[in-house]
Amino acid sequence: MFEDGAIVNELLVERLNYFIYVVLLLIGLHAMISKRNLIKKLIGMSIFQTAIILFYVSIAVKEEATIPIYKAEHDPHGEVHHHPEKGGEEAEAHHGPVALKDEEIKQYANPLPHVLMLTAIVVGVATLGLALALTQRIYQGYGTIEEDELLTKIERADDRASQSPLKSNQSPSPKKAKGSATAKKATASPSRKSGSASQGKSAAKRKPAKRKPGSGGGKKA
Amino acid sequence: MKLLSLVPVVAVGGLLLFAAQDFPEWGDPASPASTSPVSSHFIQSTGVDTEVPNMVTAVLADYRGFDTMFETVVVFIAGMAVLAILKSSGRRKGKREHEVEAEPDLIVTNTVRLIVPVIQIFAFYVLAHGHVSPGGGFQGGVVMGASFILVALAWDLEVALARFSAEKCILVAALGIVLYGGIGFLSMLLGGEFLDYAELEKVLPVSREMARYHAMLGVEIGVGFTVTAIIFALYANLSTEGRLKGGL
Repeated sequence: MFEDGAIVNELLVERLNYFIYVVLLLIGLHAMISKRNLIKKLIGMSIFQTAIILFYVSIAVKEEATIPIYKAEHDPHGEVHHHPEKGGEEAEAHHGPVALKDEEIKQYANPLPHVLMLTAIVVGVATLGLALALTQRIYQGYGTIEEDELLTKIERADDRASQSPLKSNQSPSPKKAKGSATAKKATASPSRKSGSASQGKSAAKRKPAKRKPGSGGGKKA
Repeated sequence: MKLLSLVPVVAVGGLLLFAAQDFPEWGDPASPASTSPVSSHFIQSTGVDTEVPNMVTAVLADYRGFDTMFETVVVFIAGMAVLAILKSSGRRKGKREHEVEAEPDLIVTNTVRLIVPVIQIFAFYVLAHGHVSPGGGFQGGVVMGASFILVALAWDLEVALARFSAEKCILVAALGIVLYGGIGFLSMLLGGEFLDYAELEKVLPVSREMARYHAMLGVEIGVGFTVTAIIFALYANLSTEGRLKGGL
């Protein structure tokens, strides 16, 4: 299965870089989706960004090419430059910078993805710092950074807010029915991907007995 | 939930690997990225236009200098946003059990006392030598910010803040952006476009190419200032939840 043209050869040997970075990407994506702790989701996001950066940098590689910094013979400030067309006459003369020819361009790796990924790394650091600050703020406000506990607390805070005497005096039980999707969708904004499984779980955690609106102030925090 | 989430992940992976069969081989010199006229132009004319041997720094600071300026602004805004989020937090509901009171260790403090000046000189080297070797403003700025974080880890955050206070952080970060934009505006005042460094030959006694060389160093210094200050400010605010007392 390693013959030329076989799928395994194509993916694992010739295009190994894409395979590795897709696997890294999937690890990051799975961490962002399935982990419940917010910090673990952030770590997944960081892995995802790293995979993207490495993917682009791997595109810049050229066979038998060196890093995108001029070699000694092409150095703009160099003192020695050999002009192959003029034989050995100007072999030792000073020279100014000379535009490279096509076959000399092949000696250098592509500098553009490196430049673009420098920007991407910096933006990733900024995003991660901001996300960590938001996580700390969430922890201060709710006392937890587990996604399902956060959902429970946010739902309870919403329910408490919706029981204010200014609202119309309707029974709150339709809103808190275990199968109602709309109220849960409205409170599910911090977590983009939690399916109905965790919402059903958190609804089951709450006590089934509901108080009447008149004694709504006694709802537990 | 964890098994259910494997389904979209594996589906995405399958799609990506299916598409990856059409990508060029790794290191193929005839791939569209390697033969594109844009990258060939940069490889060819960096030496002629700017006399900077490092093509990556030349593209970052000169040819695409506008992007780099806004990248620096992004770093600055991230630092300001972290400050805004964490300073407005007032009361703390939790117990203070995760605050560690540790004596500064003798070996660690003496080692750090010897190493930090070397690290900072290395940071200056990475910044200034970014024209000739891999390096530049972002890299040197991060190493410099890390040296302050090392001081904060070895002793206490107050010791590091005594040397680089929070107000000075913000000031230095803003100074970096002003420096970058200032060089751009100076080029505009001298008759060129914004960030057209070649026009600086009218104030500096060098040729047009060397004016670009030196202006690139100037903007990299600006970037280094901003990155240093923001990296340290991020650490100081995140480790103490904005209060700048206690912490790691």
